[in-house]
Amino acid sequence: MEPGEHVEGERAMRTASEPVISLRGVTASLGARTVLRGIDLTVAPGEVVALLGANGSGKSTTVRAAVGQVPVSGGELALFGTPLARFRGWRRVGYVPQRSTAAGGVPATVREVVSSGRLARTRLRPLGRADKAAVRHALDVVGMADRAGDSVNALSGGQHQRVLIARALAGEPELLIMDEPLTGVDLASQRVLAEALRGQKDGGTSVLLVLHELGPLAPLIDRAVVLRDGRVERVDEPERLHDPSCHHPRDTTDGAEPATMIETGLLS
Amino acid sequence: MTEMLQYEFMQRALIAALMIGVAAPAVGVYLVQRRQAIMGDGIGHIALTGVALGFLLNTSPVWTAVLVSSAGAMGMELIRWYGKTRGDLALALLFYGGMAGGVMLINLAPNGSNANLVTYLFGSITTVSEEDVTTIVGLSVCVLAVSIGLRRQLFAVCQDEEFARVTGLPVRALNLLLAVTAAVTVTVSMRVVGLLLVSALMVIPVAAAQQATRGFATTLGLSVVFGVVVTLSGTTLSYEADVPPGASIVLLAIGLFVVVTVLATPLARSRARRAAAGAGEGAPEREGAPVA
Repeated sequence: MEPGEHVEGERAMRTASEPVISLRGVTASLGARTVLRGIDLTVAPGEVVALLGANGSGKSTTVRAAVGQVPVSGGELALFGTPLARFRGWRRVGYVPQRSTAAGGVPATVREVVSSGRLARTRLRPLGRADKAAVRHALDVVGMADRAGDSVNALSGGQHQRVLIARALAGEPELLIMDEPLTGVDLASQRVLAEALRGQKDGGTSVLLVLHELGPLAPLIDRAVVLRDGRVERVDEPERLHDPSCHHPRDTTDGAEPATMIETGLLS
Repeated sequence: MTEMLQYEFMQRALIAALMIGVAAPAVGVYLVQRRQAIMGDGIGHIALTGVALGFLLNTSPVWTAVLVSSAGAMGMELIRWYGKTRGDLALALLFYGGMAGGVMLINLAPNGSNANLVTYLFGSITTVSEEDVTTIVGLSVCVLAVSIGLRRQLFAVCQDEEFARVTGLPVRALNLLLAVTAAVTVTVSMRVVGLLLVSALMVIPVAAAQQATRGFATTLGLSVVFGVVVTLSGTTLSYEADVPPGASIVLLAIGLFVVVTVLATPLARSRARRAAAGAGEGAPEREGAPVA
């Protein structure tokens, strides 16, 4: 049996009704500091949700709590309807951490880093033909196939970010969770990222991502949740998000500045 | 050269050197990747208590060293998880406790003295017994089974631990396995290289290899080649010049590092130029970009 078939079946069985991520009254602390003071957040299947807010508002802590990397002190947190403590379906989740966390002391090629994203499916068995194809496809999606044999240390910030996204995509996830994928990313890479995300959305993948501003991703976002001091300050629905100037990502990125300028308004 | 090979103790020493040359860098590459190059040194300190315990209990020092240093390595791993704030001090306590415990125990042992420890501290080719060779080969095969067989998983854990946890890999188990594997490597290597210099053999071939490589698998492969070259030539040199093998192996490794660094510099430059030229899409490159 192909590894994909099983998951397709699961996906069909659990359609629409059940949220892929659900947080209810989640609180969390980092050391002595309370960072999350009761977060309510759901992501429905196929939905793309952005988390916005000032530095220190709890955006990154929220997504890190959602993937079990920050211990939750209260509230309920479930992935695909399963409480996080009992959740084992990590192969359904693709995670893109903040770029600073991924640095080894030994050189690694782009392909090696992206292949490690496939371990969610292969676990302890070696990579098969389907796995290698998935890695190649993930590299294609982010436009890094021609750099597969290069060291990740030789990449620009934006290219490195594309590699981390390819690593998450290599596992063919149903849910993508990304922590600040646009920070320090040049415009060319932002455009590639927007197109990759559109492809994922069209394929039915749910997405939760932390952003400082919507930028070229604005047309793809179904809902923007704005955090402040560890609470949800407000939720912006699509009609407020879809500023006419953002409907054509090509225009805005090639034109180089308008989208980001307009969207910064959401943060203040 | 052929004369050297006629001695059985040299045959044993060279077999041991070959196994260690393969095993030490194969484990060391993960420690370097995780920026814990010094971990092997700490395990070496702790292993000293194990060696002395072997003398005290009148059993094989290699096996007591395996047990004590594995426990110590797992302790270091636990400190890394739980004691983030003062982890460095906890490690210092563990290292120096291991060293002092070794000296204390060896002097309590009947017929034991610090002189017994010297061959374990700096290595000795003449003391590798028939039984030692069997142990060294057996343990080296275990070390290689872990470090080569689980290379993708260990690579993922050492490259980006948070990501590895989210993929559902058993990260804690893999970290403990790596710690025990490193401890076994240290004790396997101590007869030839010595506990004080083991860490060098785990780290320097890796440092030399990565001057010339772009990927993890090639670094792993090349560092094993370098490891074998320096252990075999160092053991030979030790026979010819009548010096402890640990010293000649490590000095040769450092010499190799310098040579590779000098040779690889032009290679790195031309690669950086090619990378900049092939960047495409107008993405700004940080390295080697022409300054307008």
